[in-house]
Amino acid sequence: MPTRVNKIIMENSDVIIKNWLEIVSEKRKNDYTSSISEDLFQSTNREFVNVIFDSLDQQSLTKGLEAFSERLVNLGWPLSYLTDGLQTFRRVTIDFVLGQNEKIDTDFFSIILDRVDSWVDPIINKLVNEYSGSWEHTVSLQRVALQELSAPLIPVMRNITIMPLIGTIDTERAKQIMENLLEGVIKHNAEVVLIDITGVPVVDTMVAHHIIQAAEAVRLIGSTCILVGIRPEIAQTIVNLGIDLGKFPTKSSLRKGFETALELTGRTIHRESNKEEVIEDIIGSIEKE
Amino acid sequence: MDFKPCVNINKELDIVGARQLGRTRAKELGFGTVDQARIATAISELARNIYLYAGKGKVCFEVIDQLDKQGLKVVASDEGPGIRDISQVMQDGYSTSGGLGAGLPGVKRLMDHFEIHSEWGKGTEIQAIKWVR
Ligand SMILES: Nc1ncnc2c1ncn2[C@@H]1O[C@H](COP(=O)(O)OP(=O)(O)OP(=O)(O)O)[C@@H](O)[C@H]1O
Ligand SMILES: [Mg+2]
Repeated sequence: MPTRVNKIIMENSDVIIKNWLEIVSEKRKNDYTSSISEDLFQSTNREFVNVIFDSLDQQSLTKGLEAFSERLVNLGWPLSYLTDGLQTFRRVTIDFVLGQNEKIDTDFFSIILDRVDSWVDPIINKLVNEYSGSWEHTVSLQRVALQELSAPLIPVMRNITIMPLIGTIDTERAKQIMENLLEGVIKHNAEVVLIDITGVPVVDTMVAHHIIQAAEAVRLIGSTCILVGIRPEIAQTIVNLGIDLGKFPTKSSLRKGFETALELTGRTIHRESNKEEVIEDIIGSIEKE
Repeated sequence: MDFKPCVNINKELDIVGARQLGRTRAKELGFGTVDQARIATAISELARNIYLYAGKGKVCFEVIDQLDKQGLKVVASDEGPGIRDISQVMQDGYSTSGGLGAGLPGVKRLMDHFEIHSEWGKGTEIQAIKWVR
């Protein structure tokens, strides 16, 4: 019996494909794939339906299906194109087979449904798996990329290191900051480390707590942590929250913090303009002679 | 004014969502930079408390129009464990999670009006208002 259904379907694949293409093209008009060119849409549809028929013909999921779904994933076609397409396919095929028989008893009816389901369902599963696998892969890549970005350390000068923080800080990132900070201070042999929070949109108690802990840890390994880039509105909210940042130095700007860092490491800024003045003085004194 | 009034808090990232929506509303109402930061920070505290202590809940926003003034009301509600002793959690430095314990008393200072209702075993609702100056 099952083979009889298969036979009807295979022998009439032309009609089924035609019906399917019509419905899918009709549906497209108010659809998500509207940015895709008509040619590409039609050729993809034909490829899609051939892949479906191949898997019926060979009674299993084919390499062709795999290649096809991989390509669509890479091109960024929505998963709903495939699932909608397959649901439509299920309906078209069932309608067609039913239309071939004058009288249908319930047994035959359920056999048709079974056959079509056991054909279409594995394809849907396969495609959904393929898609979600690729999403997970993308997400994990992005996570790694973000982690690398999340707490960078820049050794700007011997013994002075800067950690510029940009964006929201969540618990995951707060941990990363602490780890990178301690690791970096030791690796670069930093006497002073500047944490720049100019780019952190909100400093709430959680963020403040982590910064305080990080600074304390840096102090314990014998270095100094300076918090810089505290915007005026952030300074206000920190005060409102009643958080005491008095235990370690804070500076409004990176420039001021850097000057402090130079002092702490026994350096002073010698301005180029001073030199010019000195030279002018010398020239002036020469001219006088 | 027509807008999406609530953000559900289920995961840590939702705190950012609530904060951003709150900041957008505050900007639309004409709050200055410092008050925007205060409101965003208060939302962050309330949303994080929901995430930490109740697991899930929501943060809702409401514009209050009165004859002489306009304000933004933030309502954070959850059906978590509730708070047994409210005066205790309103003290600076009280924390059951090893935090700074500055969140709730901080929100009270960041905002102009603060109300907390909580029933042990039932949940917590906190309302806070900031008036546009
Ligand atoms: N929504 C809530 N449901 C139940 N308990 C809560 C809730 N919000 C706060 N609490 C309790 O109140 C205490 C104080 O909260 P508060 O926000 O002031 O400090 P914290 O969260 O412990 O630390 P932080 O300074 O990081 O905010 C919490 O430790 C917790 O026990
Ligand atoms: Mg808190």
